[in-house]
Parts: sequence; structure tokens; C-alpha cells
Amino acid sequence: MSVPGEEAAPVSSELVRSYVITGGRRLPSADDLSLHMLVTLAPDRELPLGASPEVRAIWELCAGGYLAVAEVAAHLGLPVGVARLLLTDLTEQGHLLRRSAPPPAKSESRLVIEKVLHGLQSLYA
Amino acid sequence: MDSKASMPKPSYVSGSVTTAAKILVVGHFAVGKTTYIGSLSEIPPLRTEERMTQASAHVDDLAGAPDKVTTTVALDFGRLTLGDEVVLYLFGTPGQQRFVQLWEDMARGALGALILVDPARLADSFPVIELVEKYGLEYSIAVNSFTDVLYEEAEIREALDLLPDTPVSYCDARDRASSARSLITLVKHLLVRTA
Repeated sequence: MSVPGEEAAPVSSELVRSYVITGGRRLPSADDLSLHMLVTLAPDRELPLGASPEVRAIWELCAGGYLAVAEVAAHLGLPVGVARLLLTDLTEQGHLLRRSAPPPAKSESRLVIEKVLHGLQSLYA
Repeated sequence: MDSKASMPKPSYVSGSVTTAAKILVVGHFAVGKTTYIGSLSEIPPLRTEERMTQASAHVDDLAGAPDKVTTTVALDFGRLTLGDEVVLYLFGTPGQQRFVQLWEDMARGALGALILVDPARLADSFPVIELVEKYGLEYSIAVNSFTDVLYEEAEIREALDLLPDTPVSYCDARDRASSARSLITLVKHLLVRTA
């Protein structure tokens, strides 16, 4: 393939592994669980019986505190789409809490931008 | 889960954080995106993959291959906690036009984009700028220049055909303070544009 350098590589047997993990289901759209949405395990939850190794790993990882969806994927070595599917399942089952990204309203995003600017300036002034 | 046994304890987001924000660090191959993110991130930069199946035979030269190919794109990202309430994620995003799915995903909810530019390879940045504009992201230009060769801002503006109000800053992606200045330039611009 004419893919330059390390940013992209053709997929081999890895694809099969993903297919098994997701049970062959379609990956959810990104609308619901963006890369930077923060998730953590809800208190007093019990690991579902028969949870897959991947779900167990997410469970252990997310029990420690909040991480972004992309961080969960990276720490577990799962493709983002697969991690998102498993996280969506756990959310629907009530096991996960989300600290959501702000709604895209202009006033909201202005407030976030102000906070980011203020934070950067106090770190690097 | 072969990585599980050796998995180091992750650094969790502070419990006081209420808002996660995302800014894209965009640029052509080998422009220094990962270096830039690494200089600002409070955690060692992480890498994850997005997998895409797409029709791309018209883009790639894949003689004899079916017209759908699956490509894995690596995304490097970092994290910066700002004050008590906000955590900022910086996502390195490859500037290739054909990663449409990836771009939709990356652009969604992003505050804006910092376009890293190599002054010796300005033409390589044209498709990157085009892509950022296509997705409606506000952006500023950061010229990654760690040599003593001076590239005049006016030349760069003209070569990249920038609008007068698009900020241009200079940075050394390896240097934390320098990288931060370029990021602050971008965020100030974002603030003006959401006014």
C-alpha cells in the first residue's frame, strides 16, 4: 500500500481479533462517545458474569478514576472503535459514569475556551 | 490482552475536572506533531488506532486489490490539566485527505486546530489547510522552525494564502514554553472567533 511512514499501516490478522471481541457487531458511531469524553466505573457495580477479557480489562482500568475514551483504548491496546463499542455496552448497562464533553452551544464553548486560555496562561506566563 | 500484565498504572484525570476539551494538532507527515504534543503533555504521549474501511482505489495505487481497503491510522495524543476544572487533550491528526471517517471523528467537538508547518516544505501543508477548512475548524499556523534560518512571516502568509486574521506563530516543537506560546496564540484566536 502506498501509505507513508508510521502513521498508517495495512491491517492483517488484527482485524479478525477485533471482529471476535465485538461479536461481529457494527462499531457505534462516534456521536455518542467522543475520543475525549471522560469515563469511569460507577460505584458499587459488579462485573457482569461471563465478561470477556477485554471487558474485564476495561473494568479494572476504569475502576481507578476518570480517563478519556482514547486513553482507555490506548492503555488496553484496543482500536478506538472497539473500545468505544465495549464502553457503550458498559454505559448502557449502567456500569460507567461519564463526565461529558460540553454541549456544542456557542456560549458553552466560549466558556471552555476562556478556561483553557486562562489555564494555559497561568501555567506558562 | 497481552499488554495487560505489563500495563503501568495510568495517570487518572483529577477528580475535580468537570470539562474535557480537545484541540487538534494537524500537519503533514513528519512535521513534528508527536514531538509537539510530547513537549506539552503531562503524561507520556499515548498512541491509539482508528481503523477504517473505505473505498479508496481512486486514491491509492492498488492494482488488483478490491476497491475497499482497511487502513489503520495511528493517533498520538497527550493531556494537559488546566486549573482544577479543565483537561485539554491534544490529538495529533494526520493531514491525509483520504481519512474521511477519521476526520469526522476528530473534528467533532474540537475547539480548533493548530496546523504545524515546516517552512522548508510549505507546499506539503496545502492539503492539510484545505482539510481543516473543509471541516469548518478554526485554526492558527505554528511554524515549526528549530533552525536559525529565518522565514519571513509575510512569505509564509503568501505561500500558504492565509487570511489576514489567521495567526502565525513560530515554535520549536521540542521546547515546552515555545510550544505553549503557539497554543496560547491559537486559543486567543478561538476566543475572538467565538465572540
